[in-house]
Order: sequence, then structure tokens, then C-alpha cells
Amino acid sequence: MAKLVTDVVCPFCGTLCDDLEVGVSDDGTKILEVYNACAIGAEKFLHSQAKDRVTRPRMKQEDGSWKEISYDEAVEYTATTLAAARKPLMYGWSSTNCEAQAIGTEIGEMVGAVMDNTATVCHGTTLIAVQDVGVPSCTLGEILNRADRIVFWGCNPAHAHPRHMSRYSIFPRGFFTGKGAKGRKMVVVDPRVTDTAKTADIHLQVEQGRDYELLTALRVAFKGEWLPDTVAGIPKKTIYEVADIMKSGRFGIIFFGMGVTQSLSKNHNIDQAICVTRDLNEYTKWNIMPMRGHYNVTGSGEVWGWLHGFPFALDLSRGFARYNPGDTTSNDLLVRDEVDAVFVIGSDPGAHFPNSSVKKIWDLPSICIDPHLTPTTAVCKLHVPVAFVGVETGGCAYRMDNVPIECRKVVDPPEGMLTDLEFLERVTARVRELKGA
Amino acid sequence: MATVTLKPIKVPDLRLEADNIKPDAFAGKKAAEIADLHVYCGNSQYPLGEFFEVAGEGGATAAETEVVIDGDVSRVKYIGMKMTAGSVLVKGNADMYVGAWMEGGTITVNGDTDAFAGMGMTGGEINVLGNAGNYLGAAYRGDWRGMQGGVIRVAGDAGSDIGTFMRGGEIIVNGNVDVHVGTHQEGGTIIVKGDAKSKVGGQMVEGEIYVFGDIEVMMPGFQHIGDVDVAVDGVSGRFACYKGDMGERHPRRKGETIYGKLYLKY
Repeated sequence: MAKLVTDVVCPFCGTLCDDLEVGVSDDGTKILEVYNACAIGAEKFLHSQAKDRVTRPRMKQEDGSWKEISYDEAVEYTATTLAAARKPLMYGWSSTNCEAQAIGTEIGEMVGAVMDNTATVCHGTTLIAVQDVGVPSCTLGEILNRADRIVFWGCNPAHAHPRHMSRYSIFPRGFFTGKGAKGRKMVVVDPRVTDTAKTADIHLQVEQGRDYELLTALRVAFKGEWLPDTVAGIPKKTIYEVADIMKSGRFGIIFFGMGVTQSLSKNHNIDQAICVTRDLNEYTKWNIMPMRGHYNVTGSGEVWGWLHGFPFALDLSRGFARYNPGDTTSNDLLVRDEVDAVFVIGSDPGAHFPNSSVKKIWDLPSICIDPHLTPTTAVCKLHVPVAFVGVETGGCAYRMDNVPIECRKVVDPPEGMLTDLEFLERVTARVRELKGA
Repeated sequence: MATVTLKPIKVPDLRLEADNIKPDAFAGKKAAEIADLHVYCGNSQYPLGEFFEVAGEGGATAAETEVVIDGDVSRVKYIGMKMTAGSVLVKGNADMYVGAWMEGGTITVNGDTDAFAGMGMTGGEINVLGNAGNYLGAAYRGDWRGMQGGVIRVAGDAGSDIGTFMRGGEIIVNGNVDVHVGTHQEGGTIIVKGDAKSKVGGQMVEGEIYVFGDIEVMMPGFQHIGDVDVAVDGVSGRFACYKGDMGERHPRRKGETIYGKLYLKY
């Protein structure tokens, strides 16, 4: 008979579902079943049980083979590499807890690193736009209970945030939304006919790279001004109609994703989408929220926000915090040869950065802290496997609406394995010795 | 006018941060003192003399000081940042932040500049004889004050996001520009003598943009209000005049609503 651990938080996407139930073996060492989670979330729990899991640090040898080393040796290599570097890049941070992010930032301060998180290739542009024009937002609970107008712009939650629509945005019945999906109007803006778009009341199949024009057209339509016959491939009649639908709701929300943050116009798309939201608040209540990807990318922005005032692309090299995406962002630094060591934690730039950046990681002294085997672990010199946060250790994570949720530990990690936090604490102590800080 | 000549003798492996290369820092100093000023490479501080051979000496004030960089400094950031007077001549390419937040004086770059040149500048003149990068005369992140005064001239092309949040001054680009010209513009003039791609004048409140060539895709928030004959930077001609961005807020002055103006040359 298996034990059931309830109220487990899913450490996969920014939706941070907190209603999972995990069946573990009687001795509490093995995960047998995962209930309530989406396919991706369940896989994350089950993957921690993989038989071929790497459980000790590995150092790449001259001939390209890997040699198992002790955690002590891994701490020494990490600390000496970071302490010797003049401008190390400490990247990732999005799939670990806030406690690890905070102690990691302490290392960054001591060695004068550039700290960057996955927002740099994701919602960093959102953060730029928020700094430019502010953000009217809310929590997912408010959306569940109040929203009757839902816009998904350049995002596909049906696949990327699989339980988002059923838990918060489209299907659930809340306090003022007793009719569930029937009481909601759903608009999807996407150049592709995605599975999310198929469930929408209205799908605006915008021309690729013309979101900025379409958002502008909506603002023009709110004011009843003249529009060209088509904007971004959408007839003006449809634009006026959608503008009316948006204005006529009681409570609206724009969710947006990579389709607008990382396509042409980037931060300007979000800037304009926030202005659309602001304009709509002249008529009714509207909000806007980024569909954050990694389960704790929001948290790393929060941690750096309260420690140094900037949510990503944080340059501590001169002893004080500086920030300017385009200059202090990971890919710019790597491609322009501005860093001399790379430290990666809780992220996979090897899979998501351009090849030109990944080649630079390959050339530099590099450390990757990750429970999985990834393209990043393959290009780095040192791979330090750690316990899974949210499965084998707890810690704080922030949901996409900036709500902090404490993750739960379900099982013990394999014997002798360290957590992110334990490993970083040891590196911090060693860096402090080396730097005399 | 006293001249200080900096000859690059070592290419920095990481990029160099040299906010001290400006007439204000060199004024009243001898060559040895200038060579002693600090520059940064990552978290490490070095004397300027490690990367440049310094000749000549600064004038009594910044206004009487000319800085000549005799070579390529495409890996040196912040040249002429926050300078107030005097002149800087770069005989090659320069990296990011040339003349950022500058208040006065003249900077001439014979080659190209990278991004953020003239960011938030309030006065003075920047001449780029090659091409300029992105964010020319734009605002620093989160700031609603981009370029507020002065003149930027680019002989070649410029990148994207030029004149973002611009509130005054003039940007003249002889060649073509990439996307986003004068986004959030609230004053000043941008003149593009070549072509512009798209997103020209998005979220523009007031100010003027002139485009001599074509705009690939117009913003939907601009309305044609007539044709005018005007002389722009020594070129006179007939321009189609548009007002916008109609989606954006606009101030009212003397009973009249003020719009941004976009002029397209026939």
C-alpha cells in the first residue's frame, strides 16, 4: 500500500499548480504515481526516479570523457574559477528555489559577476516594458473568480501551461463566474492555428511580426478613430468588433507569451499591450499578465529585485548593480566576448541559446548545476548534479502572478547528493576565503 | 585648444569601460596623470596607460581640451559619456555608449558606433561618419527622457529603436534605419534620408519625423492630413504630412490638440 503525499506543488511551469498528489512507496524512498498533474509535470516527478541518473559531479577530461569527482572537488573548481574570473556570467536560476537564488547572488556580489536569468531569452522584454510604462495586473485567483474576457496573445497554454485554462482562465467556475467557460469570451491572437486558438471564440490570425501594429490598431479603435482597411492581416471591421468585446467585459485579462516577447518589436509589443490594458481601464477593469515559463523565473526576478533593484541582466562587476539589456544580457555578453567564465544553474542555455553563444560556453571555464543531463551539461567543463527542487527538497517559488508558494519535499534525493542550496553554501564559504570578503 | 592623443596599444580581451575618456576628465592634467586615470575590465581596475599611449596634455578647462583617439576602439565603451564641453575625435570604430548623457561639446567618430550612442543626451553634437547601432539617442531603460537636446548626425545607416522617448534635439541619418523610429517620441526631430522598415512613430505623442525614402509598413495610428512644401536639413521638397499616433494620449495647448507629425517625401 502506497502512501499519498497531498498538496504537492508542481515545479515545472509558472502556473505552479499546488494540488498535486504523489503516491510514494511505504518506505518513502520511491515515487510511484503522480495525480492531478499534467503530462509534463508528472514526468518531472517520475524522471527523478530514473535509474541512469547522474548522482555525483563529473569533470570533463582532455579526451572528452567524463571523470566522476567528489562534491568537495566540484566546490573547489567552482569557487576558484569564479574567484579568478574578471567578469563571470552566472546564468539560469529559474528552476531552483529563492533560497538558492539569494545565496547565489551573494557569490555574484563577491566575485563581481553578471547575473542573468532565463528571462533574458523569454520575458525579459516584458520586464523592460514594465519599467517603461508600468503594469496593471492581478492574481490568478482574481481571474478565476472574476474574468469574463480572456485574451491569449502569442501564447499557447494548451501545450505550454497545460492546466492554466482548466485551473484559472477559461473553464473553472468561480465566485462571479458561475457559468465557467460559457460566461467567458476568449480571444486568441496567434499567426498559427494552435490548439489554444481552436478553443477560442475569436482567433485573430495576425501576420507574423505585426503584433505591434495590431495592438496600436486596438488603441485607435477604442478611441473610435479611423483605421486602414486591414492591419496586420486583420480586417478593420474585426478590429472594431474585438475592441467592443474588450470594452464590454466586466473584468478582462491579457495573457501573453513568447510569440510577442521574442518576435519583432519585443519589449515594444508588451509596452503597447500594457497601454491597451491601461486604455481599457477607462471603460472597465482590465489586467495583463506574462505567461512565465520556468516555475521560478518570477522568483529570481523578485530576489534580484529586492536585493539589487533589477529583475535580470544584473551586472555586479564594478561592485554596484548596473542593468541594461542589450549590454548586460547573457547572449550579448557571450557573443561579444565580454565574459571569461560561465556558471549555469537551473536552466539549459545549451538548448535555448544561439549556437554562437553556446560555442563560447564550450570555450570558457564553465560549470553547470543541473539534476538532468542536458545540452548544457554536455558543453560545460564541470557538471554538478543536485537534488530536484520541489521533489527532493522544498523551498520558495513565485507563480507567474508573483504569488510566492512554498514547494514541498516528496522523497529524499539519492544518498549523498547535495541540494542547490547546500552546494552553493559551500561554494560561498570557499569564495569568501579566496576573496577575503 | 590643447590636444591629448591616445594611441591604442593593447586590445582589451574583455571589453574596456572607459568613462574617463572625455575632455572633462583630461582637462588640467599632464600626459602621465591622464595615463594614471582608471579604466575597468570586468571587476578589475587598470590605469588608462595600460591600454593607450598618451601624448600631449589637457587644456585648462574641458572646453579647451581636444581628445584624439588615434586608432580603433571598437572594444571600448563609454567614450565621451557625460562630457560637457571640448571635443573627442575617434579615428576608428567605437563601442557602446558613445556620448551617452552628454551635455555639450563635439564627438566625431570616423568609423561605426555600437548601440546606445547619445543615449539621454541633453546637448552637444555627435557625428558618426560610418554606421550607428541600435538605440541611437534613445532613453535608458525605464527612463521617459531620451535625447533631450543637441544633434546627432550619421553618415551611414542606423539600427533599430532610434530616438525612443526622444524629447528634444535632432537626429539626422543619411542612410536607412531599422524598425522603431521615434517610439514614444515627445519632441525633437528625426530625419531619415534613406528608407525605414516599419513601426515608425509608434506611440508618438509629439515631435517630428521626416522620411525621404520609403516606409515598408506604416503604423495604423497615422492619418494623412495634407501635403506641405518644406526645407529639411538643406533639402526642400514636397512631403505628405501625417498626424499620430492616434492611439496615444496627446496634450492640448491653446485649445488645440497636439499630435506627432510624420512627413514622407514624394
